[in-house]
Amino acid sequence: MEINKDLVAASATPLVLAILSEGDSYGYAIIKRVGELSGGELAWTDGMLYPILHRLERNGYVKAIWGESETGRRRKYYQLTKAGAEHLERQRRQWHLVDLALRASGSSPSTRHRKKDDDSHAGG
Amino acid sequence: MTSEAALEQRIGEWRNYFRTRQAVHSADVAELEDHLRSQIDALRQAGLDEDEAFLVAVKRLGSLDTVSHEFAREYSERLWKQLMVAPAAADSGPAGRSGGVLAVALAVGAAVAIKLPELFGRSIMGGDTDAFFYARNVTLFVLPFLAGFFALKRSLHKTGWTWLLFPFIAAALIMNVLPFKVDHQTTILAIIHLPIALWLLTIGFAYIGGEWRNHAQRMNFVRFSGEWFIYYVLTALGGGTLIAFTFFIFNAIGLKPDDFVGQWIVPCGAAGAVLIAAWLVEWKKSVIENMAPVLTMLFTPLFTVLLLVFVGTIIVTGNAIDVGREVLIGFDLLLVLVLGLLLYSISARDSHAPPSRSDRLRLALLLSALVVDGLALWAIAARISEFGFSANKTAALGLNILLLINLGWSAVLYMRFLAKGGSFTALERWQTSYLPVFGIWAWVVVALFPVIFKYQ
Repeated sequence: MEINKDLVAASATPLVLAILSEGDSYGYAIIKRVGELSGGELAWTDGMLYPILHRLERNGYVKAIWGESETGRRRKYYQLTKAGAEHLERQRRQWHLVDLALRASGSSPSTRHRKKDDDSHAGG
Repeated sequence: MTSEAALEQRIGEWRNYFRTRQAVHSADVAELEDHLRSQIDALRQAGLDEDEAFLVAVKRLGSLDTVSHEFAREYSERLWKQLMVAPAAADSGPAGRSGGVLAVALAVGAAVAIKLPELFGRSIMGGDTDAFFYARNVTLFVLPFLAGFFALKRSLHKTGWTWLLFPFIAAALIMNVLPFKVDHQTTILAIIHLPIALWLLTIGFAYIGGEWRNHAQRMNFVRFSGEWFIYYVLTALGGGTLIAFTFFIFNAIGLKPDDFVGQWIVPCGAAGAVLIAAWLVEWKKSVIENMAPVLTMLFTPLFTVLLLVFVGTIIVTGNAIDVGREVLIGFDLLLVLVLGLLLYSISARDSHAPPSRSDRLRLALLLSALVVDGLALWAIAARISEFGFSANKTAALGLNILLLINLGWSAVLYMRFLAKGGSFTALERWQTSYLPVFGIWAWVVVALFPVIFKYQ
């Protein structure tokens, strides 16, 4: 299933934060974990993760630490901060709400009304 | 080459390619490289060979343009080139910093040197004799440090150092042994021309590390001089602000800092800034756009219009140029300015580029300047017998003729270039060959004019 580009972009931040809430990690491992969690359906362009991580770092949601890989290579690790954990919690609630609304919408036909430009928002 | 080594080489190329992007710093490249290598390792374990693994990993990382575009969005401030806040230690080589220590040390040296005569009873704010002493020698307290800065930075050879030393000793002897008299024409001429003579020949020699035959290096010295001037003016503006606040805050507590400002801040600051400006230009030359060509680009059309309108006005009104006292000097300065506009546009021009509209504009500027100066010279020639040849007039006339030759031949070379196309190098070469002529002329005014005109 192809996931819409806007949705991929919007979900990137909570996903990265969620993965970091499992423990400190680094870019390549985060990408791999995203693949595992989504059963390979969510595929990012790998390079795009880094600007996102750096933005999270700037916002104070994660902390970056230079360390070493198993083979002794320089590697940048990321760690979730307290502010990041709180942000993740808020995001989770928001996504949950959207999910609930989407599920509910199918079952009660009375609430259905279409706006003309609904479809034009779908593109990337 | 083993396939491992080939892989390393390709990763190296990839890394260097990424580093050319302004918004991506070397720490980011290191992070991406770790990702690339992890990906390659994983792919190879899955059975791909080095080549395949590299290609797939690079592809997954995303195209250089998209990734650096994302970085640029995240770090928009990185698109402003910053000189002082070196991004990552690896980006600013050790050259800048060690040059900085040297420059600051020499700037302090120049500031001390300018105060040194106080030990022998000369005061910067002293009487007429002291003022006269400083006026004659101020160049000699500062420029040797600048020459030394470049000589050290370029590791000048031993004979080069002698060539640097000799002009300064000669200048010191001329300025202090010859019987100059206060406020006489030859004295003032010598004081004005000495820095020009030393700058063009001696500082130039030091700047290009003694390779005085190298025309490309001479052009670099031209670029340096323009940037240095701009940086010096900017530093002076900052200094002015500092002084204004010094007065303001001390006046507020009822103290008058006049002596401190006049004796210390102004002379030491002005001397030290010569070195600091030079170091800044050296450091920033590859980091920040050169300003002189930008200013040139802005003002070339404006001056062209000004001169064309001026010529038109003369034709319409029939007014001749009134040869007053300052007219010749004024037209000299005009030609110097036109030469500057020409020189700095050449310095930034790609010598292989074909003729363009701005080339035609510059030719128009040259020709109108030549016409205007021709009119001025015509007016002067008609009344030269009335004036006689005083030192001032000879100096102004001599410089005018030198500039006229330079710009006249430049115009010819420009017309040839526009007519035939081909390479621009002839004009560049003419300008760089001509540079020492101005230096030699300045030395003539410093050293020979006093004798010829009997210290008038």
